[in-house]
Amino acid sequence: MAVLLEVKNLETHFKTEAGLVKAVDGISYHIHEHEIVGVVGESGCGKSVSQLSILQLIPSPPGKIAGGEVWFEGNDLLRYPANGSKMRDIRGSKISMIFQEPMTSLNPVMSINQQLSEAMQLHLGLNKADARKRAIELLKLVGIPAAESRVDDYPHQFSGGMRQRVMIAMGLSCNPRLIIADEPTTALDVTTQAVLLKLMKDMVDRFNTSLVLVTHNLGVVARYAQRIYVMYAGRIVESGTTEDIFAHPRHPYTVGLLKCVPRLDGDRNKKLVPITGLPPNLVGMPPNCAFLPRCPYRIEQCRKEPWPPLTAVRKDHEAACFVHLEDKDLGINAE
Amino acid sequence: MAAGNGIAMERFEEAPQRVSGVRRFIRVFMGRKIVMFGIVVIGLLVFTAIFAPWLAPYPPNETSLRNTLAGPSSAHLLGTDSLGRDTLSRIIYGSRPGLVIGLIAVSIAAFIGMTFGLLAGFYGRMISAVIMRSMDAVMSVPMILLAVTIAALLGGGLKNVLMALGIALIPPYARLMCSQVLTVKQNDYITASRAGGATNLRIMLAHILPNCFPPLIVLMTMQIGTAILSEASLSFLGIGIKPPDAAWGSMVSEGYQNMLRAPVLSIAPGVAIMLVVFAFNMVGDGLRDALDPKLRGTL
Amino acid sequence: MKELIVRRFIQSVMVVFLVTIMVFFVMRSLPGDPVLVYVSQNEVNAASPEQIAKIRHEFGLDKPVIVQYVNWLGDICRGDLGRSVIKRTSVNQEIGRALPRTIYLGSAAFVLSIILGIPLGIVAAIRRGKWEDTLCTLVANLGVTAPVFWVGIILILIFGYYLRWLPIQGWVSPGENLGDSLRHILMPVLCLTVYPMAAIARQTRSAMLEVIRQDYIRTAWAKGLAERQVITKHAVRNAIIPVITLIGMNIRQIFGGAVLTETVFSIYGMGKLSVDALFSSDYAIVQGVILVVGVVVVLSNLVVDLSYGWIDPRIRYD
Repeated sequence: MAVLLEVKNLETHFKTEAGLVKAVDGISYHIHEHEIVGVVGESGCGKSVSQLSILQLIPSPPGKIAGGEVWFEGNDLLRYPANGSKMRDIRGSKISMIFQEPMTSLNPVMSINQQLSEAMQLHLGLNKADARKRAIELLKLVGIPAAESRVDDYPHQFSGGMRQRVMIAMGLSCNPRLIIADEPTTALDVTTQAVLLKLMKDMVDRFNTSLVLVTHNLGVVARYAQRIYVMYAGRIVESGTTEDIFAHPRHPYTVGLLKCVPRLDGDRNKKLVPITGLPPNLVGMPPNCAFLPRCPYRIEQCRKEPWPPLTAVRKDHEAACFVHLEDKDLGINAE
Repeated sequence: MAAGNGIAMERFEEAPQRVSGVRRFIRVFMGRKIVMFGIVVIGLLVFTAIFAPWLAPYPPNETSLRNTLAGPSSAHLLGTDSLGRDTLSRIIYGSRPGLVIGLIAVSIAAFIGMTFGLLAGFYGRMISAVIMRSMDAVMSVPMILLAVTIAALLGGGLKNVLMALGIALIPPYARLMCSQVLTVKQNDYITASRAGGATNLRIMLAHILPNCFPPLIVLMTMQIGTAILSEASLSFLGIGIKPPDAAWGSMVSEGYQNMLRAPVLSIAPGVAIMLVVFAFNMVGDGLRDALDPKLRGTL
Repeated sequence: MKELIVRRFIQSVMVVFLVTIMVFFVMRSLPGDPVLVYVSQNEVNAASPEQIAKIRHEFGLDKPVIVQYVNWLGDICRGDLGRSVIKRTSVNQEIGRALPRTIYLGSAAFVLSIILGIPLGIVAAIRRGKWEDTLCTLVANLGVTAPVFWVGIILILIFGYYLRWLPIQGWVSPGENLGDSLRHILMPVLCLTVYPMAAIARQTRSAMLEVIRQDYIRTAWAKGLAERQVITKHAVRNAIIPVITLIGMNIRQIFGGAVLTETVFSIYGMGKLSVDALFSSDYAIVQGVILVVGVVVVLSNLVVDLSYGWIDPRIRYD
């Protein structure tokens, strides 16, 4: 399958009171057509910032895209002016984004119809009536009952789950080639979460788009993503297919993450092992591996050398680690 | 304006360093130059008011009928008025009534208003309705009109102006206090306090009042500016500080009557008023941002 | 929404009531002889004690205060605001002449303050930290601190005397000659507009800054909208809501400012009427003016509050 989006050495920095924060410190990844990719990591690892950077939605006084390339349809998006017409043509139409907080991501004083139609009128050139018809269709598609009457309602008249469905509809409205979903279900209860994720998968299949699922929840990516990127402190520390990463994790951080996830098929008496230590302070980071303070497998090389580069550890599987863990180190039976 | 400008930064910061509340307050408060400007001006005002006799080149009420309505000169930096009194000296002395009235009127209004608000918030329904609607009634009459009426009917003069302004400035405090009480009352620690046997009075003093201080301080600071403006308006209209004492408002009024011959006479006191009110407003803004930026919409 | 309308309406009625009580009892309880409301100082001085007693009885001043209040209220409701003892005319007549002028002046200032103030605040917000913001904010901050009467005098000095563009005094009714009327009214209107415009600008800036930080603005950008659409369609619609409350409060402010503006520009509106009446102890007029202005403010606040409820869909579609 062809590559849809390719990110090379993306760097995004923020000037804060405490100092310069390198929220994204040089990441490279790619997404194919019709693929679901998961970007996983804890709060503050840079996963959201990296996605916002692709659409140049970084607030510009404190933040700045400091370097890198984002290749899409043969063009480097970062060369475009942040709010220029080229960037605007892509936002919402070729690449759309769904955000985490359904309660606050919709404009409270505009009706659902107005908010859905807006993008369609802009990008698809529809007139008001046609846009409204399509808005109703989209609402039906994402499972909102009584769509014809509810399309003129206001956000406060919908529940959180319903609002997120509207956001999904908005994301789909202009037939994007790529949807970026930034923690789309984190703010919702588990049942709604399951339903919405399935909905997104269905939409992806139906409309032949690609999906980037940004989340801290491994359960979400396990089920739906084909490939995963694990991020820590602004960098990608492991990447590979979902199956391989879950079955044969190679980076100590990934190992740690997997150990904290309760599994239905696991030993019920087995303890959940949290990762010791705290997430790193991104100001004034030392040059060596950021996970070092918390890593149970560390060796001398980790302290002396700068952050390890991503190297292949298995087929289609890379990890940024000097330790080269093996299955036997992790107590995993060979397949 | 860049895309996404102003997105909440909290999400992007990682483990922010803990800065103590007081240090943070000082940093934010002193951070804006215009706030510092305001503090300097207020300091100057207080200094001028206290040391007026030493600062003024001439006694403020000393007349000189040969030298009336003179323009600025080396002898009289801002000229003289219709009775030959030195304008600069009168402006310096005029800082006294302005400042005194501002501070006292606001204190009176704050005290009375807070009491009303406390009662209204605490005792609910009927009492609250009566008190709050009365405040609305007072707020329906333009402040100048109210103050002018009360002051004029009482007979003018410093004391009566104080009373008039003190009354007219009450409603915002009552409202503030009432809404604060209502908000705090809902908190669980109040219920817990009651369960522990605390009396209403104790709850009021120990829990509710401390929470009210930030917006209260901001409101009082802003209102000093309003009070000074109102006092100036009153003395412009001829009610208030009795002549021959110097007050900025009455000086402007006098200047108005002699506008062509001595424009400085009407311009200079107005500039003084503006400067002082501006200073109080900027300091009020600074206090508000430093104490609780969330108040930005309401105060 | 319906509940809101009913509740606010009842509140407004209560407030109007309280305003009448306030006016009546304040006027009665201030030092001085209440007879002065009905009779001028000269007449009181010239009258003998029996004549004064007769006057008291005639005007019901020997009855209990509550009864007096009720009678007075009855008169008010019938539209009779009393008589001006100094001018020998009915209060209705005086107010009837003065009110339209103040309304003319005040409405122009009201509208102008909104037209100028809101864009000023928006520009300051979207260009935050840049020179546009510094300039607009400075103008707004100075506007709320400048004494109204002083602004008037400055305007007169600049435009009336030095530039000689506009007439200093005088009143021409718009009915007579619109152009001339506008020339005469321009300075007073500008004078009266300064404060409310500056207050609106400050509040708009503040509200816009708050709104721009919100998630739904980020969503708007993510949809590919241009800055103009994000600002006008998404941001302003939300920011305007708290500003409406301020606009309501400005009505009271404008009446207050009118007192001073009319004095400076010698316009015989409600402001000048009341000040003159105070100085000549014409208490019936003072009573009438405060009452009328108070009721107008209450009613306009009611309208503003209800429109606030109507504009915000969260309140309207409850």
